[in-house]
Amino acid sequence: MKISDFFYKLKKDKAPYIAFIVLVVMYLLIAFADFFALYPSTYSNRKLTYQPPSKMYIIDSQNRIVKPYTYNFTKTFNRDTFTIEYKEDKSVKYPIKFFSKGFEYKLFGIFKADIHLISKSDDCNLFLLGTDIGGHDVYSRLFYGGQISLTIGFLALLISFPIGAIYGGISGYIGGRIDKIMMRIAEAIMSVPSFYLLIILASILPSNMTSKQRFALITAILAFIGWAGFSRVIRGMVLSIKTSEYIKAIETIGACRRRIIVKHILPQTSSYIIIALTLSVPSYILAESGLSFLGLGIQLPDASWGNMLREAQEFANIIYRPWLLAPGFLIFVAVLSFNVLGDKIRDILDPKTVKK
Amino acid sequence: MDTLIYIFKRILQSIPILFIVSLISFFLIRLSPVDPLSQLKLNPAISEETIQKETKRLGLDKPVIVQYGLWIKNFLKGDMGYCMDNTKVSTKIKARILNTLLLSFMVILVSWIVALPIGILCAVFYNSKFDKILTVLTSAGMAIPSFFFAILMLLFAQYTGWFPLGGLTSVDFSEMNVMHRILDILWHLVLPVFVLSIISLSSIVRQMRANLLDVLNSEYIKFAYAKGLTKNKVILKHALRNAINPIITLLGFEFAGLLSGAALTEYVFQYPGLGKLILEAVMASDINLVMASLMIGAIMLIAGNLIADILLKLTDPRVRI
Repeated sequence: MKISDFFYKLKKDKAPYIAFIVLVVMYLLIAFADFFALYPSTYSNRKLTYQPPSKMYIIDSQNRIVKPYTYNFTKTFNRDTFTIEYKEDKSVKYPIKFFSKGFEYKLFGIFKADIHLISKSDDCNLFLLGTDIGGHDVYSRLFYGGQISLTIGFLALLISFPIGAIYGGISGYIGGRIDKIMMRIAEAIMSVPSFYLLIILASILPSNMTSKQRFALITAILAFIGWAGFSRVIRGMVLSIKTSEYIKAIETIGACRRRIIVKHILPQTSSYIIIALTLSVPSYILAESGLSFLGLGIQLPDASWGNMLREAQEFANIIYRPWLLAPGFLIFVAVLSFNVLGDKIRDILDPKTVKK
Repeated sequence: MDTLIYIFKRILQSIPILFIVSLISFFLIRLSPVDPLSQLKLNPAISEETIQKETKRLGLDKPVIVQYGLWIKNFLKGDMGYCMDNTKVSTKIKARILNTLLLSFMVILVSWIVALPIGILCAVFYNSKFDKILTVLTSAGMAIPSFFFAILMLLFAQYTGWFPLGGLTSVDFSEMNVMHRILDILWHLVLPVFVLSIISLSSIVRQMRANLLDVLNSEYIKFAYAKGLTKNKVILKHALRNAINPIITLLGFEFAGLLSGAALTEYVFQYPGLGKLILEAVMASDINLVMASLMIGAIMLIAGNLIADILLKLTDPRVRI
C-alpha cells in the first residue's frame, strides 16, 4: 500500500485522524520541549514549594486591555492554621513576552538557541501550572517528562519486537522439540503477572546509576516483559506460512534456515507487526508511568509523567494542589490517541477485520 | 471422560511452566546484587546467632544450585521462610490471596454482567449512536491509567463522603456482627471494583462486539433469516452461542491482567491484596516474601488460565490440546 493511500483512508474517519494529529502535536511539543518550557530541566526553587499556578492578566485595574503581565506570589506562614499561604503580591507587575529571549538551550542537543514561546524576566516567578514539592515548575516538566514517557515505549518496542519476531520465527519454523522448549520458556514468562515481574526487575537495579543508564535499563526491562506474548503470535503465523508452496520452493533451491526465516517468512508477518506495534505502545507508556509512579522507574531529578504523579500519592496534595494531577490527563490523552489510531491502522492494513 | 483427560493433560502441561517460573523467580532475585540478609544485619536487635541460623536455613553458604533445591523443597512443603518482621511468609500470603481473589472475583462478575449485554447491543445496533458513543467510552476506559483513575475516585470519595477512603474494613470492624461485616467489606470494595471493572469491561465489550459482528456476517445466520426466524431468535439462539466462545478464552487473560493491573489500584486504595504485598516486599527488599509472592502470583495466573480452558472445553467440545 502506498503511503498516500494510507493517509487518504486515515483522513476519511474523523476520530483516528484527530488522534493522529494529537500525537503529531505531542511529539512536536516534546521535540521542541526547551522552546516551550519556561525553565531549564534542572531548575528548582526550594523556597517556592507547592506554589499555586500563576495567573496571567491582560486587563489591568483600570479595565484597559494591556500586554499580558503577572504577579509574583509571596509566601506567608499562617500561625493559626499552621499552613503556608501564597498571596499575589500586587505591587510589582511583571510583563510576559512571547517569542523572545530566555534561558539558553541546545535544540536537539546540537543547535544553540535562546528563543522561547513564553519568556519573562529573571526575577519573575511565573509558574503556569504551579510547582511541586521540590519547587520544580510543573508546566515545564510536562514537556521534559513527555520526552521520556512518550519515547520509552517506542524504544522498548524496538528491542522487544525483533527479539519476539526472531524467537517466534525460529520456534515455529524449526518445530519439534526445540519449538516445545522455546514455547514453554515464553509461556513461563507470560505466566508471571507482568507487573510483578516489572517491579521486581526494576527494584534490583542498583541505585547508584546515572539517569541515562537507568533510562536504558528501564527500557530493557519493559522490552523483556513484552517479547514473549508477541513471539507466540508470530510463531502461530509462521506455522501456517511454513506450509505454503513458495517456502517449499525456496527450501528445494537450498536456502539456509536463517535466510528462509529472516528473508522469506518474517516479512510476511509485517502487517501484523505494524498493527501490534501501534497497539502495544500504549501498554508500554502505561507500564512506565505505573513504574515511575511507584518510584521504581525514572527517578528525580529527571521528570517523567509517571514520577510527576508520585506527588498524587499524598492525599493532601490531590485535594489542595490539584494542578499536580496534570500529567495524568496527558497520559490519558496520549494512550487514547494511540489506541484509536492503532484500531484504524489495523482496519486499514488488515482488511479481514473490517466489518461491513 | 474426554473432558477429564483434557483437564489432566492441561495440568501436566503447566508443571514445566511452573518449574521455569520458579527458576526465574529464584535466580532473578538471588543473582541480583541485593543481599537477602542485609536488613537483618542492619538491625541491632538481631543477634549474630540468628543471622547465622538464617544463613544456614537459606543455605547461603552453599552453591546456588543447592540453594535453589532447598528453596523449592521448602516451598513444596509450604514453608516459605520468614519475612523481615519475623512473621511467616505463608500466613501473610494466605490472608492476601483471599483478598485478591475476592477483588478479582467481584471485578470479573461485575464487568461480565455489564459488558456482555452492552457488547451484544453494540453489535446488533451496529453503527448506531449507541454503538458510536460506546466505542468512544470503551477507548477512554482502556486508556486511563488505573492508578490515576483510582486517585480520581479517591478524590470523588473525599468530596462526596459516600465511600470510604481505601482499605478493606472500617476501624470498628471487630465490633460488628456478621451481617454488618459483610456490608462493610462490600462498601469498601465498591470503588476498587469500579475502577478495575471499568478498565476490564472495555476490552470485553469490544471483543464481544467484534465476535458477534463476525458471526452475524456468516452464511448460516443469513440462512436462519431466510428461513423466516425472528431477529430475536436468530441472535439469541444461533449467533450468541457461537460468539461467546472466544470470550471465554478472554477470561483467562482477564484474570492475568487483573493480577497485574490490580497491584497499582490496590496500592492507591490501600487494599490489602497480593499486589500491594509484593509492592511492599519489593520496596523493603524482603527477599523471601518477593520470591514467594511471585510464585504464588504465577500459580494463580496459571490456575486462572486452566479454569478458562476447562470452561472452553465444556462449552466447545471440539477444543483439543
